[in-house]
Amino acid sequence: MPQTTLPGEPDSGTSHTTGHEWDGISEYNNPLPRWWLYTLYATVIWSFGYWVAYPAWPLVSGYTAGVLGYSQRDSVLAEVDGVRAVRDARGQAQLASVPIAEIRADPALLRLALATGKAAFGDNCAGCHGGSATGRTGYPNLQDDDWLWGGTPEEIERTIRYGARSGHGEARIGDMPAFGRDGVLARAEIEAVASYVLSLSGKPGVPGASQEKGAEVFAGNCAACHGEGAKGNPEMGAPNLTDPIWLYGSSPQQVVTTVGNGRKGVMPAWEGRLDPATIKSLAVYVHGLGGGK
Amino acid sequence: MSQIEPARKSVPPKPRSTTVLSGRTKKFGTAATRTAIPDPNGALYAARRKIQPQAVRGTFRTVKWAILAVTLGIYYLVPFLRWDRGPGEPSQAVLLDLDRGRFHFFAIELWPQDVTYVMGLLILAAFTLFLMNAVAGRVWCGYLCPQTVWTDLFLAVERLIEGDRRERLRLDAAPWSMEKVRLRTTKHAVWLLIAWWTGGAWVLYFADAPTLVGQLATLRAPTAAYVAILTLTATTYLLAGHMREQVCTYMCPWPRIQGSLTDEHSLNILYRVDRGEPRTSAKKTAVLRAAGQPAGGCVDCFACVTACPAGIDIREGLQMDCIQCGLCVDACDTVMGKLGRPAGLIGYDTEANVRCRAEGRPTSLRIVRPRTVVYGLLVAGVGGLMLQSLATRSLTGMSVLHDRNPLFVTLSDGTIRNGYTVRLINKRPVERHLSLSVEGLPDARVEVVGGTPDRLPVPSDATQEFRVLVFAPGGARLGPSLPVAFRITDPASGEGAVATDHFKAP
Repeated sequence: MPQTTLPGEPDSGTSHTTGHEWDGISEYNNPLPRWWLYTLYATVIWSFGYWVAYPAWPLVSGYTAGVLGYSQRDSVLAEVDGVRAVRDARGQAQLASVPIAEIRADPALLRLALATGKAAFGDNCAGCHGGSATGRTGYPNLQDDDWLWGGTPEEIERTIRYGARSGHGEARIGDMPAFGRDGVLARAEIEAVASYVLSLSGKPGVPGASQEKGAEVFAGNCAACHGEGAKGNPEMGAPNLTDPIWLYGSSPQQVVTTVGNGRKGVMPAWEGRLDPATIKSLAVYVHGLGGGK
Repeated sequence: MSQIEPARKSVPPKPRSTTVLSGRTKKFGTAATRTAIPDPNGALYAARRKIQPQAVRGTFRTVKWAILAVTLGIYYLVPFLRWDRGPGEPSQAVLLDLDRGRFHFFAIELWPQDVTYVMGLLILAAFTLFLMNAVAGRVWCGYLCPQTVWTDLFLAVERLIEGDRRERLRLDAAPWSMEKVRLRTTKHAVWLLIAWWTGGAWVLYFADAPTLVGQLATLRAPTAAYVAILTLTATTYLLAGHMREQVCTYMCPWPRIQGSLTDEHSLNILYRVDRGEPRTSAKKTAVLRAAGQPAGGCVDCFACVTACPAGIDIREGLQMDCIQCGLCVDACDTVMGKLGRPAGLIGYDTEANVRCRAEGRPTSLRIVRPRTVVYGLLVAGVGGLMLQSLATRSLTGMSVLHDRNPLFVTLSDGTIRNGYTVRLINKRPVERHLSLSVEGLPDARVEVVGGTPDRLPVPSDATQEFRVLVFAPGGARLGPSLPVAFRITDPASGEGAVATDHFKAP
C-alpha cells in the first residue's frame, strides 16, 4: 500500500504556520482574503457616517437627531395622513352624501361604513355602552332588539345625531315622572304597579302586592305613555314593559325605584362633534350589531 | 495506517510523488492558502492571485454550454410566458404577485397560508442536493449553480474580447495603453450589460412582464423595480465578473458540508493516481519504461491546472474549492489524445475504485447504497406528499369566530342570538356566490349583515368577511354551549367546507 499524505502538510520550505503549536499540532496560517478585510473597513466607515446622518446616540434627555432629520415617528404620521387622504377621497364623501338605505345596499360602502362605525364606536360610545355595545344598567344594550327610540337605521342615526335629553333642539325627549317623590302615587300603589308590570314580562313581582290594584294604577297613570297593552311607544321613548329586557333592572326593588323616582337618562348629541359621515357610519354599525329593525 | 497525519513539525518531508488516497477525509489546503504562501511577513490578509483559466474543448465543455443556454434561456424568457386565468386576473404563467399576496405557477396558485409548499420545496431541494452529492458529487456546483453559470458566461465574454489565457496574462502584465483601455472598457461594458439584463429579468417575475418592460423603457416603473435592477446588476457584475471562484471558496457554505455528503463510493471528478503516478514528461516516460522503471500516464503538462476556473490542481485530490465542473477532464483528454495515450486520466470515478485498482482488487460501482436509498426515499416521500396535498387541496374555505363579548344576546321575544365573524375563502379566479347554512341547532335562523345567507358574494381570488347572526328560540333545551357546524357550499360547483363552533345560551 502506498504511503499517504495530505497536500500542504508542513514540510520543509513550502508550509506556513502561525508558529503556534499545541501538543505537537501546529496551526496553519490560512490568511483571510484582502477584499474581506476591506469590506470590514468599509462597514466601519459606513457606521460612522450612519451616526452622523441618522439619530443614533442617546443623550441625557434626548438623542442626537442626525443631519438628515430623519424621524420614524414623522414617517409613520405622514403615512397615516396619506392613508387618511386616500380613504377620505374614496369613501367618506360618499358616506356623507348617500342615504343610509343606499349605503347598506352597496357592499363596498357597507364595509367602509361598518369599519368606520366600529372605530368611531370604540372612540366615542364604548365609554357608556361598552366595547361590544352590550350596555349596562341605565345604558341601553345596543345588541338586542329593544329600542326606546326606534331601531331602524334612520331612527338610530337621529338618536346619535341629536341625542336624548341632550339639550339639543331636536333631541329625543321623554319624561318618566317621579310618581313617588312627587306624591302622585302612594307607596302601596307603586309596589302594586311595579308588581303588575313585572308580571307582564313574566318576572316575579313584589311580594304581597295586589295585581288588580296594579292594573288599575297602570291604566290610570302609565297607559298614556306605555300604551294600553304596555307595549311602549318609541315616539316618547316609553319602553315596552312586556319584554324581558329592563334598562334599569328587573328586580322588584329596581322597578319600584324607577316608578317612584322616574328616569332621565341622557344621550349626548353628536352633531357638531362627529362629522355626518361618521354619524351615519355609526348608525349603520349599531344597526348591524344585529338588533336593528 | 491513519489517513490524516497531524501537522507535526517532526514529520519528515515526504517525497512529492507519494500518492494521495483519501477516502472521506477532506483536504485542508485551498487555492487561497496555496497562492497566499510564501508570505515572509506572516500577514493575516492575503491578496488574491487572479486566475486566468485556459479555454478547453470537450464533452464537459459542450454539456456546460448546453446547460448554460437552457438555464439562462429559462431565466430570461419565463416571465413572458402567458397563462390565461380569465378576465381581471394576471395572465402571466409565473408571477410572484407580492402586492396581492398571490404566487402563480402555471395552473397552481399559492396564497400566503400555502407557505408550507415553499417549505416543502426547500426540503425537497435539500434532499435532492444530498442525493446528487451522494451519487455524483457536486453536480450542482459544476453545472447548475447560478454562480457557475454566470461566471462561465462572463469568462466567455472575457475570452472573446481579451483573448485566451496567454493573451490575458500578457494584457494583465502590460502597461496601460490605448489598446488595453479599449479592451478593458469593452469587457466591463459587456459585463455590465449582461448584469443589467439579469437584474431586469428578475423584476419581471414580480409584475406583468410586457407592461413592466414598457414602464421601464419610459421611466415610469415603480422605484422598487429600479432598486432591484440596480442591486442585481451590481451583485451580478461583482460576483460573476470579479469574485468568481472566491464566492465558492469563501462565501458559499456548500463546500464546507461536502465532507459529510460524499463518501468513497460517490462519483467525483478525480485524478486517477493509480494510472498517473509517478508523473514525468512524455520523453522521460519512454526512457524510464525502456529501463523497466515505473512511469505513470501523467505528463505533468499542467493543462488541468490552467483550465481550472477555481485555480486548483486536481492531482492533489478531492478539494474544497473544486466545483467538479469537469473542464480539467476535457483539458487532460485533449492532451492525452494529442500524445496518442488513452484518455480518462482524470474523470468521474470513486475513491474506493482508485484504491481498489491501486491494491489490485476489482473495481465496482455502487450507486445503490443505504445513503442514496434513504435520500431517494426522502425525495420521493416529500415530493409525493406535496403533490398529493396540492392535488387535493380545497379551493373553498371558511373560518368561523364566535363573538367573544357578548357570548349571546337575549332578544325581546326570548330568542337567543349568537354572533359570529365568518371569513369565506375563494381560491378560484372567478367571483362566486356561496351558500351558508348552520347545522346542529333545531329551528335556527341565520342572518348575515349586509347579505343573504344563501348568496354570499366572494370576489375572485379573495377572502370576504361577513357578520353572521344565528337565532334560536329560547327554552330549556338550549344548554349553555351547543356544538354547531357551519357549512358553506358553492351551488355552481358543489364544492364546500365545514367549520365547527358553539352556540352559547344562558
